[in-house]
Amino acid sequence: MGYLEGFKVTFGKLFKSTDSGRTVTVPYVKDSGPKREKADRLHGRHVLNRYEDGMEKCIGCELCAGVCPARCIYVRGADNPPDDPVSPGERYGFVYEINYLRCIHCDLCVEACPTEAITESKLFEFSFTNRQDAIYTKAELVVDDDGMPQQLPWEDWSDMEAVAAKSSQWVRATSASGDADYVGVVSWSGELGFGVKPAEQAQAVPPPPRPENDDPTAGLSHGAGEAEPIDDGGHH
Amino acid sequence: MLGLDPLLVGDIGLAEVLIVLLKVLVTFGLLLVSVLFMIWFERKLHADMSNRLGPNRAGPFGILQTLADGIKFFFKEDLIPDRADKRVFILAPFLSLVPAFLVFSVIPIGGVFTDEKQGAVRIFGHDTFLQLADPPIGVLLILACSSIAVYGVMLAGWSSGSKYPLLGSVRATAQMVSYEAALGLSVVAVVLMAGSLSTHDIVMSQAGDGFGGIIPRWNVVVTGVVPFVIFVIAGTAELNRPPFDLVEAEQELVGGFHTEYSSIRFALFFLAEFMNTVTMSAIIVTLFLGGPAGPTFFGPDWIWGPLWFVAKLFIFLFMFVWLRATLPRFRYDQLMDLGWKVLIPLALGWMLLLAGLNIARDEGWNTVVVVAVGFAAMVGAYLLLTGAMRTSAQRREGADREGTSV
Repeated sequence: MGYLEGFKVTFGKLFKSTDSGRTVTVPYVKDSGPKREKADRLHGRHVLNRYEDGMEKCIGCELCAGVCPARCIYVRGADNPPDDPVSPGERYGFVYEINYLRCIHCDLCVEACPTEAITESKLFEFSFTNRQDAIYTKAELVVDDDGMPQQLPWEDWSDMEAVAAKSSQWVRATSASGDADYVGVVSWSGELGFGVKPAEQAQAVPPPPRPENDDPTAGLSHGAGEAEPIDDGGHH
Repeated sequence: MLGLDPLLVGDIGLAEVLIVLLKVLVTFGLLLVSVLFMIWFERKLHADMSNRLGPNRAGPFGILQTLADGIKFFFKEDLIPDRADKRVFILAPFLSLVPAFLVFSVIPIGGVFTDEKQGAVRIFGHDTFLQLADPPIGVLLILACSSIAVYGVMLAGWSSGSKYPLLGSVRATAQMVSYEAALGLSVVAVVLMAGSLSTHDIVMSQAGDGFGGIIPRWNVVVTGVVPFVIFVIAGTAELNRPPFDLVEAEQELVGGFHTEYSSIRFALFFLAEFMNTVTMSAIIVTLFLGGPAGPTFFGPDWIWGPLWFVAKLFIFLFMFVWLRATLPRFRYDQLMDLGWKVLIPLALGWMLLLAGLNIARDEGWNTVVVVAVGFAAMVGAYLLLTGAMRTSAQRREGADREGTSV
């Protein structure tokens, strides 16, 4: 009875008795347990990075604003004050605003930035309730003196320990890893609070064995609360 | 004649009117609550069948999700496209909603049919049936309402002034018109056996002790299962439920006939759709499974009728969700083939067979011979039909090869 096989499969799933009958949806964290581990390439809300000496990386070149397909970034550059420069070099980002009602988190601004000034953190739970809050200004975007993103009142940071460690784990689609010449070569500058990320390794390095994922909640317990040192360049 | 309800026989005073009004309110409320429940039930069950969780945020087990969605729909912006035919566009949702409400009024949901009271229940000192109305043409009302509901879908697509809804409504018209025939023919089998068009009488005719005291005298047995199967298939098609949901095939037609609808108008379509699912299950239970009939165990007898009715209703609600979770959508030509070449001939043949049996019983002919001759005629007709279809298919292929059209 080939026609009835399918009915058996769907009915079996009601009692989780088929091979594929495991519920794969992970309940949202508010119910129970820690949040899921964030992927290295997760595109969250942006941060404006600083060098290890505290200088801002943004030079106000407006390339991010130019490349933005949603046109959500507004940048104005200005000459550095000679006695108290904000960034190394001639210019700095005087005004920097991102409208999160428009941003699609495509990460093209990160690709375009010549100084790695703008990157995306792993924070994605920021439900603002009015249009003014949706526009993040430079004061809100720039990292604090420890190199961490600044928390705004409406942002959910309940798994900050896990997220903070990853806030400099950004990966460029056009990163050096695809080019053999850059294997093992650091091709980025250091970041305040995180130092210089180690160079990316060749992709031939075998990935670590993944644990058998029998328990649907197994992925949840892992990566919570432990601030891992940044020892890989995003690629395994 | 208002109906066969003992409440309406004789003088009609204030008490009778109030009881009818109460019944209207109860029917209306029951139907709305059952729709709220059905939407939640479908989403939850379908989620379980596809390894998901389903709604789980609003209320315990997400049971208030439908309510939350409904309230949200009220506050959404109501758009009417510029190119829409405004009056028809506004009318269409009601055309599909009102028939959905009306059908449920003829469904008997309780009562004991085996004793001399014939299903009447005493409410506030008055005998009455546990159904809102019992018109002598109950079954025809059901068929008529399901036909009118087609206009809702058809006019919605046509008046949107947009391509995909139009395609959806063209499909709806063709599909519902062709499956209406099979639906009607399988109902005729039930009407033949019951000898009445009133839903109350149809339930009455199925009451009583069954064959050998075990197998109930329900129409599903009495008419020989085939009309039941045809009715369930044609009913699913009539509801536009998967696997017959070509009308709103998301992958092809965006949203089908309701693509251009938003806000509460859209909610009305969905309300009608799920209401029709509940009602169609209730119709199947009434016509084929004896309505509220079932064994009684303890306590007052009348309490078991509604319980059995709901239990039987559940089987079909579950079945509809199960079908949706399992079967892929029919292709358009498969849909038409199934309707015109299988269901309609089979329903017609079976109806003629049952009619022949009825005549044989009246005239005292030998039933075995009648059945044998009937089956032989059906097999002969089936061979003729398949032969005709094969020949036409061959001709079409030949014409395709020569590059001419038939």
